[in-house]
Amino acid sequence: MAQRLPDSHGRFGPYGGQYVPETLMHALAQLVEAYDQARRDPTFQEQLQYYYKHYVGRPSPLYLARRVTEAWGGAKIYLKREDLNHTGAHKINNTLGQALLTQRMGKPRIIAETGAGQHGVATATAAALLGLECEVFMGAEDVRRQELNVFRMRAQGAQVISVTTGQKTLKDACNEAFRDWMATVESTHYCIGSTMGPHPFPMMVRDFQSVIGREAREQILQQEGRLPDVVCACIGGGSNAAGIFYPFIDDAEVRLVGVEAGGLGLASHKHAAPLAAGKPGVLHGSMSYVLQDADGQTAPVHSVSAGLDYPGVGPEHSYWKDSGRVKYTIATDDEALEMFYELSRLEGIIPALESSHALVEARKMAPTLGKDKVIVVNLSGRGDKDCVEVARLTGGPRKD
Amino acid sequence: MANRIEQVFQELHRSGRKALMPFLTAGDPDLATTAALIREMVSRGASLIELGLPYSDPVADGPTIQASYTRALDAHTTLDGIFAMVRELRRDCHAPISAMGSFSLVTRRGMDRFLDDAQAAGIDGLIVPDLPLEECDAMAAGAARRGLSHIMLVAPTSPWERAARIARQSTGFLYYVSVTGITGERKDLPADIVRHVERLRQETKAPVCVGFGISRPEHVRQVTAVADGAIVGSAIVRRIGDMAGRPTAEVVRCVGDYVAELVAALP
Repeated sequence: MAQRLPDSHGRFGPYGGQYVPETLMHALAQLVEAYDQARRDPTFQEQLQYYYKHYVGRPSPLYLARRVTEAWGGAKIYLKREDLNHTGAHKINNTLGQALLTQRMGKPRIIAETGAGQHGVATATAAALLGLECEVFMGAEDVRRQELNVFRMRAQGAQVISVTTGQKTLKDACNEAFRDWMATVESTHYCIGSTMGPHPFPMMVRDFQSVIGREAREQILQQEGRLPDVVCACIGGGSNAAGIFYPFIDDAEVRLVGVEAGGLGLASHKHAAPLAAGKPGVLHGSMSYVLQDADGQTAPVHSVSAGLDYPGVGPEHSYWKDSGRVKYTIATDDEALEMFYELSRLEGIIPALESSHALVEARKMAPTLGKDKVIVVNLSGRGDKDCVEVARLTGGPRKD
Repeated sequence: MANRIEQVFQELHRSGRKALMPFLTAGDPDLATTAALIREMVSRGASLIELGLPYSDPVADGPTIQASYTRALDAHTTLDGIFAMVRELRRDCHAPISAMGSFSLVTRRGMDRFLDDAQAAGIDGLIVPDLPLEECDAMAAGAARRGLSHIMLVAPTSPWERAARIARQSTGFLYYVSVTGITGERKDLPADIVRHVERLRQETKAPVCVGFGISRPEHVRQVTAVADGAIVGSAIVRRIGDMAGRPTAEVVRCVGDYVAELVAALP
């Protein structure tokens, strides 16, 4: 690639930047510096690789889903099994990196926002591992939807703060985490869970998550002797997608497809698809596509998946959308629920509702491609956390 | 026409007085009450007004101001409505008004259109707390072209060299954030305010005002011993919120009495 992004101002073209109160600017400058040193420090990289291998269980398998491939009648479907990571999702790749960085900066406390609870659990896990104090902010609606993850965080010694402002979901949890950070910035690192927020977070989180794409690229070359035709991932803030896409960005022949939460459909206005239906604006510290009204007030969002239920998206995705390098599409709640069951029944893998959105697009594309084609789907997390909510929504597993 | 903010500070300076700058949220509980409150505050001795533009996702504000934003947005307050209210107010009220709002609101409207509309309404200065030094060149230039002040914030966490650069760039006045944290009433203010403000003075000719955490007459006294003005937000906004549903005249009197109490503490 001609130019590596972001630039030194944290810009991906017009997107990104640092739109935060002055109180936080010094901490961001320190973080830019600390991360820049860490990523060039072999000791830091060895530490991270050690935990990836012996603690997370990396590399995660790239699994050829034979029965799904047969059923869908087209391209071969490979699943990048991030669901098999310790804690059950890709989130741990990032939280270990940021927790190690927190330790390196000499800060004793780490805070996080969480939607589905996966990032909260992964932060609590890394904090327990490294002996950091941990508080997680979670919307009250998500606390209800994700009871199991709340227990997991608390069991690991983290405090979970239930956020009752706004829509009581991920966006509101982010607001509260930022507010806490405003007052505690000297002793606390805010471990943002996706490729969003002010610079350097979108870059740093992408870099930590890029282990997914690097492994997948190597694995597919080993297993198929060539690159995939399509790589597919779901997009909330966009970290699992950025992680798997980034190492393929220069491979022009690989189609990259991101799937946003279509909720009840775009026409219903009950969705969480800023790339499909939003406009550039500022939310939580960066310029990116966002769902807002004409004044710039954040619009209410909806998704069956708590992890995708967010009105913004990482700035690099906005850049990739405008440049055309990545194609973005949507999957509705119903389509995602169908894939939740379909993968469970055909492969014995219960996917997270977030990852089920990526499967919807693979399901649509597979029959349109020949049997010699290859689709890699990032199975970003496992669905155990969603079982109670899916049972509530669908009246339990189908009995046919 | 000279900028009203600069004029007022010049007058205060000549007469050796300091400014009390109340903050209130536009549209809480409705825009008619906001206009009545501004008139009352000015008649009770407030020198300038900081007008909060409600935003759905403020990160620098504490629960009190956030709740007032929510009330204002629930009452369908829009930027057009706020600008119209200020324009109407300008028929008889000439106190300087600085609008404080998230960059989200500015960028969605388009910066030029936002600045044109603010200027046409009779707003004198803009405070965009989430637009730091690195991002603010276009905003500062656009404001300057229209004779609007572009008021910037220095925080206790700003390293000195950076604080000095902000101080030199800010126009109208410089906003010194007294505490590391969000807006909200506090019992005591940090002791290092005096030292910070005195040091900032050496970098800028612009007046220095202090905000965040100020709620008592003794805070106003403490801060204006060194600064040119004290900004009081949450304590006013809380009073407005606590009186929800009461007759406007009663709300206006209560807030006016409180402002007068703070004004009396000015040197």
